[in-house]
Amino acid sequence: MNSRLPNSFRTGPDERGHFGNFGGRFVAETLMPLILDLEKAYAAAKADPSFQAEMNGYLKDYVGRPSPLYFAERLTQHLGGAKIYLKREELNHTGSHKVNNVLGQIMVARCMGKKRIIAETGAGQHGVATATLCARFGLECVVYMGAVDVARQAPNVFRMEMLGAKVVPVQSGTRTLKDAMNEALRDWVTNVHNTFYCIGTVAGPHPYPMMVRDFQSVIGEETRKQMQEAEGRLPNSLIACIGGGSNAMGLFHPFLDDPSVEIFGVEAAGHGLTQLHAASIAGGRPGVLHGNRTYLLMDDDGQIQDAHSISAGLDYPGIGPEHSWLHESGRVTYLSATDDEALAAFMLLSRLEGIPPALESAHAIAKVTELAPKRPKDHLMVVNLSGRGDKDIPQITEILKGRKQ
Amino acid sequence: MTTRIDARFAELAKEGRSAFVTFLMAGDPDPATSLDILKALPKAGADIIEIGMPFTDPMADGPSIQAAGLRALKSGMTLRKTLEMVRGFREEDNTTPLVLMGYYNPIYIYGVDKFLADAKTAGVDGLIIVDLPPEEDDELCIPALKAGLNFIRLATPTTDDKRLPAVLANTSGFVYYVSITGITGAAAADSKAVGDAVARIKRHTKLPVCVGFGIRTPQAARAIAEKANGAVVGTALVDALRDSLDAQGRATTKTVAAVADVVASLAQGVRGAKQAAE
Repeated sequence: MNSRLPNSFRTGPDERGHFGNFGGRFVAETLMPLILDLEKAYAAAKADPSFQAEMNGYLKDYVGRPSPLYFAERLTQHLGGAKIYLKREELNHTGSHKVNNVLGQIMVARCMGKKRIIAETGAGQHGVATATLCARFGLECVVYMGAVDVARQAPNVFRMEMLGAKVVPVQSGTRTLKDAMNEALRDWVTNVHNTFYCIGTVAGPHPYPMMVRDFQSVIGEETRKQMQEAEGRLPNSLIACIGGGSNAMGLFHPFLDDPSVEIFGVEAAGHGLTQLHAASIAGGRPGVLHGNRTYLLMDDDGQIQDAHSISAGLDYPGIGPEHSWLHESGRVTYLSATDDEALAAFMLLSRLEGIPPALESAHAIAKVTELAPKRPKDHLMVVNLSGRGDKDIPQITEILKGRKQ
Repeated sequence: MTTRIDARFAELAKEGRSAFVTFLMAGDPDPATSLDILKALPKAGADIIEIGMPFTDPMADGPSIQAAGLRALKSGMTLRKTLEMVRGFREEDNTTPLVLMGYYNPIYIYGVDKFLADAKTAGVDGLIIVDLPPEEDDELCIPALKAGLNFIRLATPTTDDKRLPAVLANTSGFVYYVSITGITGAAAADSKAVGDAVARIKRHTKLPVCVGFGIRTPQAARAIAEKANGAVVGTALVDALRDSLDAQGRATTKTVAAVADVVASLAQGVRGAKQAAE
């Protein structure tokens, strides 16, 4: 697939929302006019210096940016290879990178005069971020969450409700993230006149994959600057976990045209790639779902298959369309980590650095433990610590209890 | 090119009445019963039949049609078997128009060219694909038109006058006006608003306009049939089917008749309409 390598990896998507063969606008007619309006509103916001200035103000004083780029000294010593830096997105207000995107989208929603915000959530991090910003700006907030995820991410459900959001447990289909997204789309089709759909990842119909990526790119832009200050050069490699892939796109995008930077995305391999998993690139193929063409897990009839990951945030049978394109063009290497590898990485980072990572981010750490020892000591490796693990402690406690018995 | 759909609307115009368009989910609750229901529909009064292609993630459908799709998938239904069902129907009926309705992914995976060839051979007349707006016409709409199939577009309350020409540009057979912003099986449509919307669409096209979403009773079907060239009923039929199943969700001896009876009573409503819109 390397025959048509672009001059730049940073110019996409085209005006119809395509990244190569991926992306697009596969939505019901009811939504199409709104999606075109959103595209216009976002283009206007992007070109408006006062919008950017206002957003930067909130990023600094409300979110707490810039997030630190932290040298993980003990993890580096333990692995004995590359010098490992953690991009501390888990220190953001609300505990993950999700808030970067939500802030941007809520500001666009306000420009469009929308008073009601809906969102889907898997682990609850995007739901919490959306509930938080809705509280801050006095907007109605409804969060769709698969019933399975409501059970395994209870702390975030309480948090959303405390913030004034209505959490709707979704009982249809597999009762996880994909069904939450279906239900959010059904709400949107019904309430299109007053409702803004705040999508939590770099997926959905154009312009969402581009817009969410742009709002998350603050991660990579800061990393460039911070690495320059710390080491006086670019990092040698980047690693991030991928469900839909927004934290990864945010870190990767500003580096895509720097060929010296190796880039790794880590999908969730669940019980293993030959069993139940959530690794769309490793185990799927291109198809059309939720508004875009991308790699999906499905059967021979084109029916979407159940994903599985220990981490609710990665438990999705698709991936953002730009990742599918970066995979086929060969710019980014996509790996996967199993549930057990992620759990081990969770414990490792907690014990060595005093930082419990979200189970999602633990997938990236798991691959760091494989890649870092094979790299020289002057190799600078950045891993996106996209969320904090507090929300996972009840679930992990249960798993560890179960294993002792 | 005159299709079965064009021919049917021409006949109905001569009779001076509107079309009754019925929906059933292919393979619900099992492939054999589903074919029996399909065969019973024209006799019960269906003028045009939409056949749902089951999909795991039907984003524009309400709980009834979602459940119907899952029952069908559980019974082993596939797109290939849906086309077999069409062939089975065509052995007996070569005039009633059949329109496949659903989502793009199963067709994309089947292969667009192969699907269009197989659908045409099987006796399919048109396609309604919910997640293919005119912005994605290159995917399936244009190839379908070239293959001699009608591509029936949905117009909605959010499709304004500025956008209508784009929506209608490659539409053929008829225009399906979705009377509400929402999912299938949701609130009923207000017939005054529907009349205004149909008149608005008709200012842009000579195609027949059928109206669906929210029609459940003969009275509602009649009210819509007085405003439009056709009334589409789906959820009410799927619900009648569901209510006829046994506790394990299997077909009973009542299942085919349960659907046919509701179709017959709704058809009375459509046929009782004072005057078809023109």
